[in-house]
Amino acid sequence: MVESVLQNLTYFVPETALVVTFCAVLLADVIFKGRPRIPWTIGLLGLIVAGVTAFQQTGLNRPVFDLMIVVDPFAVFFKVIVAATAILIYLMSLWSDEVKASARRMGEYAALLVSATLGMFLMAGATNLLMIVLALELTGLSSYVLSGYTKEASDSSEASLKYILFGAVSTGIMLYGISLLYGLTGATDLIGIRLALEGQAMTHTPMLLISSIMILAGFGYKISAVPFHFWTPDVYEGAPITVTAFLSVASKAAGFALMIRFLVSTATPSLGVDVMAVVQTFEWPKLIAIMSVLTMTLGNIVAIWQNNLKRLLAYSSIAHAGTMLMAVTVFSQNGVAAVLIYFVVYLFMNLGAFYLVMLVAGATGSEDIDSYKGLGHRAPLVGVSLVIFLISLTGLPPTAGFIGKLYVFSALLDAQWIWLAIVGALNSVISLYYYVRVIRNMYLRDPDSAPAPVVLTGAQTVLLMVFLVPTLVLGVYFAPLVDWAHASVALFGIR
Amino acid sequence: MVPLSHYLFLSAVLFMTGAVGVLTRRNAIIVFMSIELMLNSVNLTLVAFSSFLGNVTGQMLVFFVMTVAAAEAAVGLAIIIAIYRRKQTVNLDEINLLKW
Repeated sequence: MVESVLQNLTYFVPETALVVTFCAVLLADVIFKGRPRIPWTIGLLGLIVAGVTAFQQTGLNRPVFDLMIVVDPFAVFFKVIVAATAILIYLMSLWSDEVKASARRMGEYAALLVSATLGMFLMAGATNLLMIVLALELTGLSSYVLSGYTKEASDSSEASLKYILFGAVSTGIMLYGISLLYGLTGATDLIGIRLALEGQAMTHTPMLLISSIMILAGFGYKISAVPFHFWTPDVYEGAPITVTAFLSVASKAAGFALMIRFLVSTATPSLGVDVMAVVQTFEWPKLIAIMSVLTMTLGNIVAIWQNNLKRLLAYSSIAHAGTMLMAVTVFSQNGVAAVLIYFVVYLFMNLGAFYLVMLVAGATGSEDIDSYKGLGHRAPLVGVSLVIFLISLTGLPPTAGFIGKLYVFSALLDAQWIWLAIVGALNSVISLYYYVRVIRNMYLRDPDSAPAPVVLTGAQTVLLMVFLVPTLVLGVYFAPLVDWAHASVALFGIR
Repeated sequence: MVPLSHYLFLSAVLFMTGAVGVLTRRNAIIVFMSIELMLNSVNLTLVAFSSFLGNVTGQMLVFFVMTVAAAEAAVGLAIIIAIYRRKQTVNLDEINLLKW
């Protein structure tokens, strides 16, 4: 017993590192009162250790702790994405006025970022319904508190309240779905559920359908897919920008990891069962296709009316979730690989855009698109970089965003989802409109009053390059990324 | 012996009561109580299935659902207190800085 636990622990190093870091940050926060830099540094080191150890798990494919979680290439890929996002957010926070305004509580901020990262690591590998719920909750609870971190600002605490209300309701709905699924199959691990579903005739189909839709609602909430997206714009606008950026990339990545694993693990037949019986009965692909169309279209159309750039990016992140859902629809290795490629690209371009919004808001005190008038002439580097990020978010060459969209669409066309690809392309055109509106303001409009200068320090420029260079380089040299993504589609227990 | 369907029906009614409460009530604390009701209907379903299937996993899940409910209530109430200190209200209709 003890030996098996110890042996399993060796495959649980990144998560253990995060748990230890979390405790250490909290302790250091109490011991070194008034010196928030110390817990902050411990948190950064812990995240780096977790990221590196997660990367070292590349190539493993085995269950840990009796199939509670697994370590497989797919999970490792998402753990690396989440860890990279967390580290970059951590560095971004150094210059965030919102975080610095409550510098006394920076230790808390660090601890919560670490625990949210832990939750997302567990989400990436969870294969048991119990573990799925606990990982979702750990991520959720940390994010609720993080989004209310600047509790002195009333929109931040409002964002936090809305987040936890939507989160708690969707957890309730998802748990009810899980309880029905458990009743139907008598199993809680995804592979056991699939075997049980294959074994029985589809006599319980209505109940199975209800429970699946309820579980899908829980995932839909996490990735902010329409119609479970209502919390997204409010939380993204109210939360500190660093937290918004973290949620929009890491939380979404973990949600997608969980959703893809759930769908693929429960719906892929084992060897010998030739039809994708479960997929066919549910019409999963059709359901997800409709969801992705709604998500993209709503995200893009509502974004047109936004005047706050942070809120605009919130709607654009809803639209991006829709684009990635299109690739999930395909239910093939190409589709999953396209999601993985898209996430790496999305990480750099989206974090970069949020980073610049944060820096500009720090200098001018406003996130309104109007305050960007003439910015391109006042701060050439900021202006040009923001243009590149926005073009990349639209999906135009030669940026990385184009490569992301290219693989999504080619997966769709391979699988004969022509109409869905057309809707997706039309949506890209809509998104061009509101991204270009920002660019037009920066270069073709004169500022209303004497604007505050936006000056970057050396370190800030270096961090900007960390976002900017991959956004450009991945647009022309993407073969290694594609190889990595294709090597990472292997899920544990699936052929 | 009470058949399984009775338990499932009761838990479905509880769940719907909770869901309706979430949608119609405007006091944040009552909304949280309704969410608790939803989670408890989950517990009832799990225990009913567990005893029907003769499989203890369901009862084990109940413990975790209770933990989750407690953690959510703790964080939720803390957030409500933070809001109340600023706004002197817990009415959701008056907490409306952010929209569209």
